[in-house]
Amino acid sequence: MLGKLDWSAIPFDQPIPLVAGAMVLVAILGVLAWVVVKGHLPYLWHEWITSVDHKRIGVMYILLASVMLLRGGSDAIMMRIQQAVAYQSQGYLPPEHYNQIFSAHGTIMIFFVAMPFVIGLMNLVVPLQLGVRDVAFPTLNSVGFWLTATGALLVNISLVVGEFARTGWLAFPPLSELSYSPGVGVDYYAWSLQISGVGTLVAGINLVTTVLKLRTKGMNYLRMPMFCWTTLASNLLIVAAFPILTATLAMLLLDRYLGFHFFTNEAGGNVMMFMNLIWAWGHPEVYILVLPAFGIFSEVVSTFSGKALFGYRSMVLATMAICVISFMVWLHHFFTMGAGPDVNAIFGIASMIIAVPTGVKIYNWLFTMYGGRIRLATPMLWAVGFMVTFIIGGLTGVLVAVPPADFMLHNSMFLVAHFHNVIIGGVLFGAFAGFEYWFPKAFGFRLDERWGKAAFWFTFTGFYVTFMPLYIAGMLGMTRRMQHYDVAAWRPWMIIAAVGMAVLTIGVICQIMQLVVSIRNREALRDRTGDPWDGRSLEWATSSPPPVFNFAFNPDVRGEDAYWEMKAHARQQSFAHEEPEYQDIEMPRNSPTGFVCAFFATIMGFALIWHIWWMVILGGIGAFATFVVFAWRDHDEYVIPAEEVARIDRVNLEERRSLVSMAGAV
Amino acid sequence: MNLLDPQGPVAAANSTILVDSVFIMLVIVVPTIFAILAFAFWFRASNPKARYRPEFVYSGRVEMVVWAIPALTVILLGGVAWIGSHQLDPAAPVPGTGSPVRIQAVSLDWKWLFIYPDQRIATVNTLTVPAGAELNFQLTSSSVMNTFFIPQLGSMIYTMNGMVTKLNLRADNEGKLQGLSAHFSGDGFPDMMFDVNVISPLAFPDWVASTAKTDAVLNADSYKKLMQQGIERGRPTYRLEDPRLFDLIATQHIPPGPGPELASEAGRSHSGGHDAR
Amino acid sequence: MTMTATVGHARADPHHIGVVIEHPGPAPKRIVTAYGFWIFLLSDIVMFSCFFAAYAVLVGQTAGGPKGAEIFEQRNVAIETVCLLLSSFTCGMASIAADVRSRFWFYLGMSVTCVLGLIFLAIEFREFADLVARGYGPSRSAFLTAFFSLVGCHGLHVSAGVLWLLTMMAQVFAKGFRADVLRRMMCFALFWHALDIIWVGVFSVVYLLGGAP
Repeated sequence: MLGKLDWSAIPFDQPIPLVAGAMVLVAILGVLAWVVVKGHLPYLWHEWITSVDHKRIGVMYILLASVMLLRGGSDAIMMRIQQAVAYQSQGYLPPEHYNQIFSAHGTIMIFFVAMPFVIGLMNLVVPLQLGVRDVAFPTLNSVGFWLTATGALLVNISLVVGEFARTGWLAFPPLSELSYSPGVGVDYYAWSLQISGVGTLVAGINLVTTVLKLRTKGMNYLRMPMFCWTTLASNLLIVAAFPILTATLAMLLLDRYLGFHFFTNEAGGNVMMFMNLIWAWGHPEVYILVLPAFGIFSEVVSTFSGKALFGYRSMVLATMAICVISFMVWLHHFFTMGAGPDVNAIFGIASMIIAVPTGVKIYNWLFTMYGGRIRLATPMLWAVGFMVTFIIGGLTGVLVAVPPADFMLHNSMFLVAHFHNVIIGGVLFGAFAGFEYWFPKAFGFRLDERWGKAAFWFTFTGFYVTFMPLYIAGMLGMTRRMQHYDVAAWRPWMIIAAVGMAVLTIGVICQIMQLVVSIRNREALRDRTGDPWDGRSLEWATSSPPPVFNFAFNPDVRGEDAYWEMKAHARQQSFAHEEPEYQDIEMPRNSPTGFVCAFFATIMGFALIWHIWWMVILGGIGAFATFVVFAWRDHDEYVIPAEEVARIDRVNLEERRSLVSMAGAV
Repeated sequence: MNLLDPQGPVAAANSTILVDSVFIMLVIVVPTIFAILAFAFWFRASNPKARYRPEFVYSGRVEMVVWAIPALTVILLGGVAWIGSHQLDPAAPVPGTGSPVRIQAVSLDWKWLFIYPDQRIATVNTLTVPAGAELNFQLTSSSVMNTFFIPQLGSMIYTMNGMVTKLNLRADNEGKLQGLSAHFSGDGFPDMMFDVNVISPLAFPDWVASTAKTDAVLNADSYKKLMQQGIERGRPTYRLEDPRLFDLIATQHIPPGPGPELASEAGRSHSGGHDAR
Repeated sequence: MTMTATVGHARADPHHIGVVIEHPGPAPKRIVTAYGFWIFLLSDIVMFSCFFAAYAVLVGQTAGGPKGAEIFEQRNVAIETVCLLLSSFTCGMASIAADVRSRFWFYLGMSVTCVLGLIFLAIEFREFADLVARGYGPSRSAFLTAFFSLVGCHGLHVSAGVLWLLTMMAQVFAKGFRADVLRRMMCFALFWHALDIIWVGVFSVVYLLGGAP
């Protein structure tokens, strides 16, 4: 009846996951109870859960990422403590638990923190920057988000029901095959990634189509803000790379569920094929994450330097070059398999070539700052911190691309330090910069600068204190994923890293405090102009938060930095023109399709993991029925009448006029 | 286990390339970091002395330079990588004094088995080699993937079931080193550290002779016992019965290691995969 | 706000030489939908290419089991291919019928497509069942693993296509040729043709290359 599921699935003997799970459960139930008692449930349902508004979906993506950041961060804290204490002892985490933690940490941080964070920001901002009312496929967008959330939910369920994978975040066979990992851990891993992977693919298709087919009048390709370009590149990579992940995990699952022999030791399976396939996805994946961050930094550096982006075309070229080359370097993840010198050298050099466009980007940001009038607000602090940190990560990255050096550093703590250096220093700093930068746009008030700066400095310092010691430990021969060790020389560095982790944690607490303080002082921090940073692109041309239709009129773009130009002209002409003729606007209706579909996907995923076949069929029928019901609805759009558009737009315009006239007076 | 304290020519060459590459890159990285901080400081809005030049958004010369600097660095490093990859290919010979020693390494769950086919002995979790001689390693795995790595001798390499990888090393100085597995392989992974005793070439035959006196015999049966999952705290040694044992393992004539005992056999019967095995 | 009116001629784009063709604005829904679906199909083809790659890697790994030439029946495959190619034609007829709003020809075209798809699936299913019965199931060898997954993945797509086809017919029956129904019909036609293209690949790589003794 319940497949493999029975009471032994719940780890009564392990207090840590049980207590953590119980706390999370209590928190969720508490929030739910509060929502119901306060009568917010209808609001939540109509305005958020069923929303197909790209801004709302973007915010929900970021919320998901933030919550999962806390989960992944807790894993990180536990790992750092374990390695600090597990010298000549077993520490406080037994191997079967520790191995789950590092696997979950990697999986969560990449798939459920970094991915939703950047996809959320792209969702929130790109349609605004393109001057349009929504993404190409609004309902599908909602489906994509909810499927990502399903994946995250399944990973968290594994905390208390069953176990998570104990194989590392890429689940290399044959360790992840049924013979060596008979538990449900790898199944949790694979199914949650399959489900969220569908969500990511949907988001990728949606955003590619949006950028290529939905741009406002005059928004030629070479007038798009840099963030739109990096979004395009990143989502092209999603569309081309995520199917590889889907296929690879499908093969692994076929091995595990139906006794196939793709990657088994027996019957001619090929382990190296898994390595090749997973990294053919995995290397583009890191550029999927970091390219949007590059876009964010381009926007931030240009805005806060009060200058257009230096070498815009060169930046576009660099972005697309990275997009293409990132598919040709995957083999550098396994130089040590003994592929022969020619293959190694070619892939090593190809990997270094990526450093060229990346270096160009750094220099272009540098020259954007040159001759600028730099305001070191929080987003700009993150950007400068990123540039410094990312260069170091780039250096160590090129270093491990040199095959003979990689023969010493592969899989070592040095490598761990390297990819945290680029992922924290690049993606996470970028996500935080984007968060600080666009928060006023999404919610209509700014974030507290003091807490923001504190968060930056603690995170920045904490990062160095945590990860520089790991570089050194790697140079001392320490390999990754050690549950305990007996080498005295490694110990001091592990202790320093644990201290650094504490500093990083303070940084995260500051970030939370910033949010709390800002929400409390939201009236004082209110942004009435829609343009708190003196921005350059179209998202600042509408109010904060934008009306559901974004723009009363699709703007007409005549050059790069569209809004900057408009402001410059408005100053000269002081908005002396008549009121335009407002028209009715059609917007897509909200739809519970995404949520319901994800509900069935959760059931199906859970049932697949535990081999509860009747439930699988039930979930499948439910998901199909959901789509049919969606396809059957008669009205997929609603109309916002012209008077309503006019009313909303007049308020916005009034604020803006006062701003421009003030600026003109100065 | 310091990578910068090499004890053999391969490690020495590896770490030289490592250090050289870092220095080549530092030449441009340090000025760039400095420039970032300097520009961010000097062009701050509150500095009246800094000149605001909003029109400076394109310069062909600057573009040329910013593409050229990383490109030239990469060309230089690419040369290092190309030459280094060829000279330091794990399978490339490493000439040494005396006759080379053949060693066949098998990663087990979770211990290392070292077979000396010519000496007809085998050791677990301890590798004894003569200083100065070329060491020809052939490596495979009894079950899951591992990576064979002696940091101070250089160049790690994967071990995989059903496949043989090759690695040549040399240890120059007598002494005790440590090796490890550098690829996560399951619960006992951190205990896959092994000792490397580098002894004088004169003492090596004696060590071989004394090891060969052991009663324990390594053959297919005792190997199958050894490959059960578990951690080996001791340092057992064996007489090798059949010098072709390694080939039997590598060609899967001895089937791969069994993995963990199944907690619930009933649970697995639901999976269609059961009949496959 | 009135951005159309605010801008006279903005600062000329510094890099532009000569006349720039202005982007006309967002594309109509029909174009957007088809474009997005095209991109999905491309990603689907990437997924298939992984299975093709796996097949290419594992084709020699028969582990003592049968080789391709020993188990493929060219006659069945030929019938399958004819069915699928014909169904693409009838699917095209159904699309045209939808465009000219002819219900009769639409239903006829779709029904024939459906029947041909089902014949294809039936033959494939029989082939699979027969192989499994002879002990040549996917767990026999890595070659058979790759074969079953590649061909089976295509078969699953055809099954999903048949389900979609029936849903499409029901929708036209219930809703008529509405704009959104027509857009979906266009996507379905693209999907069905793409499956044909993939089948040509499967046919060539698996059956033609592998059928040679």
